[in-house]
Amino acid sequence: MSFYDTWSAIMIAAIAGFILVFTALVGAKLLAPYARERGKDTSYECGMQPVGKNWAQVHVRYYLIAILFLIFDVETVFIFPWAITFLDLPRYAFYEMLVFIGVLAAGLVYAWRRGVLEWR
Amino acid sequence: MEGFGVSLAFWILTGVTLVAALGVLASRNLLHAVLFLILLFVGMAGYFVLLSADFLAMAQVIIYVGAIAVLVLFAVLLTPRAGRNNGETRMFLPALLLCGTLLAIILFVITDTNWAVADESPSVTAADLGEALLSRWVLPFELASVLLTVALVGSIMLVRSREEEAEDAV
Repeated sequence: MSFYDTWSAIMIAAIAGFILVFTALVGAKLLAPYARERGKDTSYECGMQPVGKNWAQVHVRYYLIAILFLIFDVETVFIFPWAITFLDLPRYAFYEMLVFIGVLAAGLVYAWRRGVLEWR
Repeated sequence: MEGFGVSLAFWILTGVTLVAALGVLASRNLLHAVLFLILLFVGMAGYFVLLSADFLAMAQVIIYVGAIAVLVLFAVLLTPRAGRNNGETRMFLPALLLCGTLLAIILFVITDTNWAVADESPSVTAADLGEALLSRWVLPFELASVLLTVALVGSIMLVRSREEEAEDAV
């Protein structure tokens, strides 16, 4: 299969997606009526006047969510080359992958047992 | 493989990547800079596709666009004063110096390296990679999972607040 057979569909999809979003945004810009005023730019249009700056430091608990995502994201990259070939691999490769997933699962179980996955 | 389509894709990618890189430099809002950085990473993945490195392109999207971008995003969100205007800063001169040095090093490496072109392109597929990963490089592979678990446990320690520790102590 040549390069174009493999990738031209993705390239067409990328270009079509870009055109769709671009025309939608430009069309909205050109066609929609605009009435800008100060009140509309505030966080809560009909609420109290906001105090202070518009930047709030995010709670450090979100960091754990990010790390959890990152860990299983990286795990995917490691599993992928194994997953497309594991029928041809010798038996020990399967157990090696089980160890790999097991260590990460142990970390997840630890996080679960410590209660950090619950939102308090 | 060389053809008009590939050249066209290369130049489109180059344009997108360069604009994204300039955006990272020029945007005064850190969050906008991170968004431009994500676009830059996507452009790099496109280069890998053009080089027929499918797995590398996939890994680039998953690791850089997924993991690294999220990490940078959260680093920005967790920094107290990251929302300020970053236009004027005392770090301008040291940063300029650092960038200049880095540019000089990279230019030196580019000009000094012998860019020999291989006769035939190496045909390493993701399947070969999986085989190597689970036979010869199995120890680093398993160590990677230990490293990821250590990162998880470390972040759990960071997240637990003082009150929760006091709760556990009772």
